Amino acid sequence: MQELTTTRHNPQIDPFTHVWGWEIPVYLFLGGMVAGMMIISGYFLFSKRYKETTCACYTLPLISLILLSAGMFSLFLDLEHKLYFWRLYTTFRIKSPMSWGAWILILVYPVIIANFLMGPPDFIVRKFPKINLITTFINERPRLIQNIGIANMLLGGSLGIYTGILLSTMGSRPLWNSSILSILFLVSGLSTAAAFVHMIAKNVFERELLAKADNGFLIIELFVIMLLLVGLSTSSAVHISAAKLLISGEYAPQFWTFVIGTGIIIPLIIQLLAVNHKIKHTPVAPILVILGGLILRFIIVYAGQYSHYFNAHFN
Amino acid sequence: MARYGMVIDTKKCVGCMDCVVACKTENNVPEGYNRDWIVYVTEGKFPDVHLEIQSQRCNHCDNTPCVSCCPTGASHVHDVGKVVLVDHNMCIGCKACLAACPYDARFIHPDGYADKCTFCIHRVEKGELPACVSVCPTHCMYFGDLDDPNSEVSQLLASRKYHTLLPEAGTSPRIFYLI
Repeated sequence: MQELTTTRHNPQIDPFTHVWGWEIPVYLFLGGMVAGMMIISGYFLFSKRYKETTCACYTLPLISLILLSAGMFSLFLDLEHKLYFWRLYTTFRIKSPMSWGAWILILVYPVIIANFLMGPPDFIVRKFPKINLITTFINERPRLIQNIGIANMLLGGSLGIYTGILLSTMGSRPLWNSSILSILFLVSGLSTAAAFVHMIAKNVFERELLAKADNGFLIIELFVIMLLLVGLSTSSAVHISAAKLLISGEYAPQFWTFVIGTGIIIPLIIQLLAVNHKIKHTPVAPILVILGGLILRFIIVYAGQYSHYFNAHFN
Repeated sequence: MARYGMVIDTKKCVGCMDCVVACKTENNVPEGYNRDWIVYVTEGKFPDVHLEIQSQRCNHCDNTPCVSCCPTGASHVHDVGKVVLVDHNMCIGCKACLAACPYDARFIHPDGYADKCTFCIHRVEKGELPACVSVCPTHCMYFGDLDDPNSEVSQLLASRKYHTLLPEAGTSPRIFYLI
């Protein structure tokens, strides 16, 4: 028997750490989804699909800018010393993933904006007619467009991976302490972005393509989740205890129902039927995938904070 | 350069919480928060039961996850005694250090910055002992330079059995509990 009694009372970290509330999972979700959108849009630019006027690469940048800004606002809300946020940009800490993330986000904006300027929506062109000069400049240079595509894919990949690394470097929280978390968040970001494009695409070919791609991403996501759980379950006692939180513990009902069941399996079945033309494409599967991606971030952030060396020893 | 650490004799500690009160008074720790605290660890099966009372605080680790993860450099290792400190004016309150600390030794001060034990560096720099050490009525706490083989802390660690908290977390903590 081991029993722990403490006189300590620190709000936010007693009885277990819950320092990060809803803001961080929302930010990680939106960051991951924007990363996926950048990769998809970048691929469309690189593969010359931008020649189609209905290509999603013309709508994704504006949506990405809105979602990323919403994500960063959510991150801003989480800061306790909000007016000091600019200090992130007076230094670069090589060992701090959060510092890397802050700088990646700064680089992401101009790349999305370059993609956006290729074909800004009419209401913006009407308001700022001079934008046409830049649009013409970019569109006259196919090589530049391809490079914007490559930059989108590279920075999108970095952003997607960073959202996972942010958590996985925390050795103190056994559930997060797996480098595969970065791959999981990247694939999940790609999957939610593909689902989103599948839902809004005006181009029938793209809708079909993204539905097929999303099926692939969902299968990879299942595989990566399995690898994460296998990796934790075959590690030390605290890591096994962390894996149990998802497999059979406190967070298992939500994890199996919303992440695996309605977030991956059911939409995968629906989309497989849709791409095989057994049923029509509907927004049902994409919405489930997007909700599944959001709930995945919530569960990982909350269960990760619950997983602890002390909890494993004294529970 | 010195490397400060603390040695706590669990055979002498009675859990009176004088160290907790001294810390709160000395450092003006806000109500409802603690920079140090007492933990009772009961182990074993009746009749072979062992109770250890531990005065806990930031472990001022040699390997500092809180400093590594800090995006602004607010969490840093101080030149004097390699004590881990937070520069309140640099901290943005992102809470990464709270999540990174396996000892949950940090909290967010109501003024918005991460806060924790400083080994009372303001006293130590004047040649005094940390407040918790200086008030301990059973003299169970010792503070000094771990790199000096002649210091009281080094002598105690050389002559007595001891343990640290969560050595498996890989942080090389510098609070030692004599057993």
